[in-house]
Order: sequence, then C-alpha cells, then structure tokens
Amino acid sequence: MTASRRVSAVAAAVFVMALPGIVGLLHAIDHLRRDAAYQDILYIRSPQALKRMSLGYTGLFADLYWTRAVQYFGYQHHQHSKDFSLLAPLLHIATQLDPKLLPAYQFGNNFLAPRPPNGAGQPEEAIALAQYGIRNNPDSWQLYYGLGFIYYTEMKDYSKAAEAFASGGRVPGAHPFLRILAARMAQHAGEFETARMLWTTTYQTSQDQTIQLNAVDHLRALRVDEDVTQLEKLVSIYREHVGRTPGNMTDLARAGLIGSSPVDPTGQPYKITSDGRVEVHDPDSILYITKGTPPNYQPPQPKADKQK
Amino acid sequence: MNSRIAHVAFNTFREAVRDRVLYNLIAFALLLSGAAILVGQISINIERLVVVNLGLTAVTLFGVVIAIFIGIGLVSKEIEKRTLYTILSRPVRRWEFVVGKFFGLTGTLVVNTFFMAIGVFLALLYVAHRFERADLGILTALYFIVLQFLIVCSLALLFSSFSSPMLAAVFSFALFVIGSLSEDLRGFAGVVKGIGGWIATAVAYLVPNFSALNVINQVAHGEAVATRLIVYNTLYALLYSAMAISGAVLIFQRRNLK
Repeated sequence: MTASRRVSAVAAAVFVMALPGIVGLLHAIDHLRRDAAYQDILYIRSPQALKRMSLGYTGLFADLYWTRAVQYFGYQHHQHSKDFSLLAPLLHIATQLDPKLLPAYQFGNNFLAPRPPNGAGQPEEAIALAQYGIRNNPDSWQLYYGLGFIYYTEMKDYSKAAEAFASGGRVPGAHPFLRILAARMAQHAGEFETARMLWTTTYQTSQDQTIQLNAVDHLRALRVDEDVTQLEKLVSIYREHVGRTPGNMTDLARAGLIGSSPVDPTGQPYKITSDGRVEVHDPDSILYITKGTPPNYQPPQPKADKQK
Repeated sequence: MNSRIAHVAFNTFREAVRDRVLYNLIAFALLLSGAAILVGQISINIERLVVVNLGLTAVTLFGVVIAIFIGIGLVSKEIEKRTLYTILSRPVRRWEFVVGKFFGLTGTLVVNTFFMAIGVFLALLYVAHRFERADLGILTALYFIVLQFLIVCSLALLFSSFSSPMLAAVFSFALFVIGSLSEDLRGFAGVVKGIGGWIATAVAYLVPNFSALNVINQVAHGEAVATRLIVYNTLYALLYSAMAISGAVLIFQRRNLK
C-alpha cells in the first residue's frame, strides 16, 4: 500500500468511526441535560426589538414563535406542570410580529383560558389576546366566537359572551349560530342545551382535527353531566315514593321512571351508589365530566397529542 | 443588448454555474421539504404560512448571499487572474465589461430564483394539496425579490469597483441590513429636528428601500399587492440599480489597472 493510500485509509477510518462516536456523545449529553431543549427562558421579550432583528421577515419569526408557544405548552402540559408563565409572552410576540396569524389566536386562547390540567388557567390573558386579534382582524368572526366562548366557559360572564357573539354575528359571512347563541345567552346561559350548541358549533366550524376531537370529548362529557343530573333527580323521586335508595337501574325501570337501563357514551351502564349518587362505570374513559364521578376523584390528564 | 455585453454576461453566468453556485438549490430543496414535512408535526395550522414565509425568505437570503459573494469578486477576480487585460485588449469597453458582469450575475440569480420558485410551489402543493387563486401573490413576491437582487448586485459591483472584496462584502451586506430597516430609518428621521434631521432624512432616502420590496408576509396571508406598488417598485429598483451601475462604471473607467 502506498503512503498516499495509507493516509486515505486512515482518514476514511477516522471519519467512519467518528460519526457514531459523535452521535453517541450527543445522546449522552442530551441525557445529562434532559431539559436543556425546553429551557424556560425568553431572552427577548420585546416584539419591537424582534421586528427589527428580523429585518422585515416578521412572518417567519412569527411562525417560529407560534411553534415555540405550541411546543412550550405541549411540554409543560406533558410534564403536568402548572407553570405556564411564558405562554402569554410567546403568544404576544407571535401575534405582534404577525397580527394576522389567526391560528395563534384561535388555538392560543384554547391553551391559555381553560383551568389546569386542560390549559394554563389564564382567561384574562386569553381575553386580551382575543381582543387584540379582533382589533387586527375585524372581519374574522371566529375570533369573536372565541372571545364569547372564553367569557361563557371560563368567566361565566354571560352578558359579555352575548356581546361578543352578537358582534361576531354582524360580521359578513359569520356562522348563523352566533346570533342564536347571542340570543340564548340572555335567558338560557347556564343550560346544557346552550353548552351543547357552543361545542357543536365549534365542531362544525373547525377544520382542525384536534379542535374537533376536543369538541367531541366535551359533547360526550355534557351528555354524561346531563344524564347524571336527570338520573339523580329520578333517584330522589324513587326515594320519596319507595322510602329507600334504589339499588340499581332495574329498580328505577320497575318503578316506571325509566324505560331501559341508560348507558354512558362508552356504552357502559350507569350505576347507582348506596348514597343515591349516579356514577359512570369508568370515569377515566370520559374526559371533562363534572358529574358522575366518585368523591375526591382526580381527572386524568388529557392525552398530550390532543393538545399538541 | 450589445453583443459584447451579452458575451460578458453569458460568460459570467457560465462561470457562476461552473463555480457550483447552483448547488445552493440542493440546500434550499432540503430546507423546504424538511420544513414542509416537519411543520405539521411540531406546530398547528401554519403549514402553508411556513412554506410561503420560509420559502420566500430563503429565496431572498440565498440570493442576497450569492449576489454579494459573487458580485464582489466579479472585478477583482478578473484582475487577479489577469484575464481582465485580455478582455479589455479585445474591443470590449470598460463600461461594457461592468454592465455585462451585472447582467450575467442577475441572470444567474433569476435562473436560481426560478428553480427555487418551483420548489416553493411544489412544497405548497404538498402541504395544501391544491393551489388557490391567492397563491398568485407569491409570484409578485418573487418578482420583488428579483428586484432586490438587481439592487444588491449593482451595489456589490459598485463597491467591488473601488475596494477590496472583503470591504465590498461588508459594505454590501451592511447596506442590505440598513435597507431592510429603511422604513424605520425614515421614521426616525421624521422625529429628529434641525441639521441632524436633514442628514438622517438624506441617509434614509439614499439607502436602498428593501422594506417596500418585501411583501412576503402580505402574500402569505393571501392579500393582494397593489398594482401601483408593483409599478413604483419596478421603476425604483431599475433606477437605483442604474444609478449604482453608473457609479461603478464611472469609477472603473478612471481606475488605474496597471
């Protein structure tokens, strides 16, 4: 073998061996600094400074910050963390860089507003974000809908919810349900039917599968809440008439209070406890339910992929 | 076009291709296809926006880097290799050499942008599954990017006509950065009073206005670009690059090449 070939062979060997070595070392470093990629640091908080640093390519920077907000929320959520302190600033920067970035308002509100474990529990920040979005995109009825939704679900401020739905209903091309929702807020705000309308509208008007799945989960939960409320009323009636708590659904059927044994959205029959409460068979299988669970029940975390 | 200018331009293009300038298309294709595939998994509902924003920003930045790093060497390399003397000893005038180099470089960038544009549209088709009428706006943004290249190429040639390649690169890149912030600069000039205000205003109008030539965000959201802006930007870019090329010709005419 000539000297030149020897050098080539050694160089090739070093090259080939170095590559897995580098990969292995990086893997070890990542293991050592497990959370380094998701450090809770926002070095630049000023959208104005970022605008200048982006040299006018603000759209790309906004996309990056929106993606960062999604990743941050997903990571904190996955870690069961209750600290979402960077979420609002990240969304603020993304929308200031690109005020027309509609997904940041629509999904950002869903991240910010709901109470943990489903969201960051910052409805005031979500309202501020929605209002900023409306100021910059007055023709987008979805943003009014989002604002009304936060007022309805998180703040229980039905008059402001009605106002937001009514304003959205006046936008050309708005979903006709907005006017109906605005009208219902006055008299039927706290009713199951109103909540069902809201989630059905969310399901029908969204193109995104994540939002649609979330709406389906809420509709299932609403059905359970409504069923349990109704069944517990029937249990009380039974108790008044018979003088004891019914042992199971068959007792209610025999008393002529129900036709057949009712089932929850998973197909499992409801059960009656000894103290007369109605419970679902497996509360972990139905997200967002507020009724039909055992005392001191802790709901599971929604699946990470549903929240991204 | 005068045939001598055409010859210089064609040879400049050929040299750029021989220097593997178009290899940047591979990097661009990898970047865009990677983004198109990954963005749906790491973000929400911005697939189209990312393809347009990232694609057009990459077209601009790749092009500007090529324009600067080839533009600054167009004259100095010919002097270094002593090929300039051969060219000028033929019936090629100095101004024809400069103008030919300018057309050769802009031609290279137009070809490069054409292939990148195909990449952007293919990536868009991949993420959106169909084209919309609003996507036509991307063509306007690409046209404005080419106008930016005209200005950057002319500036790189101007600086390379009197300074070293390194200084010419620094000057050209600095002007690109300042020009990208020119609207802010004019805003600052508006609030400064007295002589400082006059100087700031003069500087603000002298630097190239790249801000007006950047409509990427606008077209990413499917917003139309005003026809009047297209006309004004075209005239502005042509005038600005003509001015810079004239400056390069004036300096090169007087330059002692011995």
